[in-house]
Amino acid sequence: MMLDSIIFYFFATLAVVSAIMMVTRRNAVHSAVYLITALLATAGIFLQLQAEFLFVVQIILYVGGIMVLFVFVIMLVNLDVAVRQMKFNRQSWVAGLLALVLGALVFVVYRKGGGAFNLMAPPVTTLQPNAEQVGTVLFQKYFLPFEIASILLLVAMIGAVVMAKRKI
Amino acid sequence: MFGITFNDIRPYIFPVIYALVIVAFLPLLVGYITLAERKIMAHMQARLGPMRVGPHGLLQPIADAVKLLLKEDITPKNADALMFWLAPLLSVTMGLVAYAALPFGPAFQIADLDVGLLFILAVSSLGIYGIVLGGWASNSHYSLLGALRSAAQLVSYETAAGLALVSGLLLGGSLSMKTLVETQDQMGVWFVFLAPFSFFIYMVASIAETNRAPFDLPEAESELVAGYMTEYSGFRWSLYFLAEYANMIVVSGIAVTLFLGGWMRPLAAVHMRVFGLPYDLLDLLPALIFLGLAAWCTKLALRLGQQIQKLVMFLVVGLFVVLAGVMAWSLTSPALMPGIHGGFWFVVKILLYLYGFLWFRFTFPRYRFDQLMKLGWQFLIPLALVNLVMIGIGLVLVQQSGWPLGITMIGANIVTLLMALWLVRHGDKVMTAPRTAEDDLPVAGAGQIR
Repeated sequence: MMLDSIIFYFFATLAVVSAIMMVTRRNAVHSAVYLITALLATAGIFLQLQAEFLFVVQIILYVGGIMVLFVFVIMLVNLDVAVRQMKFNRQSWVAGLLALVLGALVFVVYRKGGGAFNLMAPPVTTLQPNAEQVGTVLFQKYFLPFEIASILLLVAMIGAVVMAKRKI
Repeated sequence: MFGITFNDIRPYIFPVIYALVIVAFLPLLVGYITLAERKIMAHMQARLGPMRVGPHGLLQPIADAVKLLLKEDITPKNADALMFWLAPLLSVTMGLVAYAALPFGPAFQIADLDVGLLFILAVSSLGIYGIVLGGWASNSHYSLLGALRSAAQLVSYETAAGLALVSGLLLGGSLSMKTLVETQDQMGVWFVFLAPFSFFIYMVASIAETNRAPFDLPEAESELVAGYMTEYSGFRWSLYFLAEYANMIVVSGIAVTLFLGGWMRPLAAVHMRVFGLPYDLLDLLPALIFLGLAAWCTKLALRLGQQIQKLVMFLVVGLFVVLAGVMAWSLTSPALMPGIHGGFWFVVKILLYLYGFLWFRFTFPRYRFDQLMKLGWQFLIPLALVNLVMIGIGLVLVQQSGWPLGITMIGANIVTLLMALWLVRHGDKVMTAPRTAEDDLPVAGAGQIR
């Protein structure tokens, strides 16, 4: 249990600190690196909860997807100019208000404890291999929504190709 | 202390030992793979290769390592120091983490994850961040171009590699590396014989993903000096080098596990028990191979002129004799035999696969970048898709209608072969519109770098 707590607080601290660093860095590439760190730390927490499928999917999809973000940043953003520019954050009041609301929410949940969520009881032993379980649920219980989402993504993909190419 | 008892740490003891063994031996193995690469290249080009440091260059990797450690480590003045420092570390760490799920034998595996294959894929794709970051942080055009090429190449070829792996996974029915090998053991056939096209597509894509020739555009020395590692020197450069070879071993490990039967010996389903011996005749192969190597080295040693070189060569002979003894001795112990022989066959298969990598490198000229993209998107991905669908249909016929597996797989592969032939002959006309002047117009925003 001791080890569990150490690992959890390590990943949680890493995630929060790198999320803060991500929004405060001026250099877009540094921000992207901190975003990767935050996502990896979240993946670590998934792994600790024995959700190894989510852990791997988090890394492949989210962290792998930032690769494209990187390329965009390098290709499209002129970093020297961006670093010298003023930040255009004129919404500090809105941000402060939202932060207050979020803080209040966290405080209430903290006071009420874990019972506030009506969660299932944690399994006593290790979980079943969950790649199969995710697959079963996705392809049997939620088959139609899954297929609709797939078609939506396919349409978006074809749309991107059509818009990017001048001539098909 | 902290209420941790021995029972708490007991499950971690063997994985930690395995991890230490791998981290300790991998650099040595990589060093000798580079020596093998230089020797094989030399022999293919009718040269001798390294001959000076040790007999037949056997101590060359150690000399190279010392040289790299002592070399000055330079950081360019305008480089992004933090990222420049982080990038090689990221590459090499991710290369090493992937070994956690690689099964070197039935017992010698750090962690048998349920999603082992996905884990290795995820982690090894993270290694590319080291390349892209390093290329960007160097603040040099050659490095940046190498990094961008690497990113584009990864995105293009990972799709094909993933689709090829999925068709292998359909046959295995699991994501755990260990279960995949055990399934092949039970079915009595390696998946490469059921799905040769998946293996072929994965092989080509894995060469591209590890940036090896003929797909080594990110470090093409005739165009980009050394690509993403142009500005690196000394130890950091050697970290990139280590990462590249570690990744090569990982992709070979995936291919060996999924398609080539993992730690199983060749012809595992054939049993030859003669003379009332308690073990298979084919299980004697590892010991015989080592004895053969020892005999060959003895022959080389006797031809050497200098006494000291003879001595080193005879040490190598002694090493091979000891290994042959271990292989023969393990036959008498049923508890150890699967582990030791499994490890032997796994490493041998990996080395043969790596030999294929080297062979490719010395045989094919480097692709141009548009040829590389065309091969990835217009040949490998459509072929992988057709292959996947065909293998899926074949498996459904096996499971639902009870057709024999062999027949459906032959049918699936024939369809894939026809598709491949069609793509080679007509794919170019169908998939590419003729180039016009409009295509060469600059795209808004492109071309501004840093």
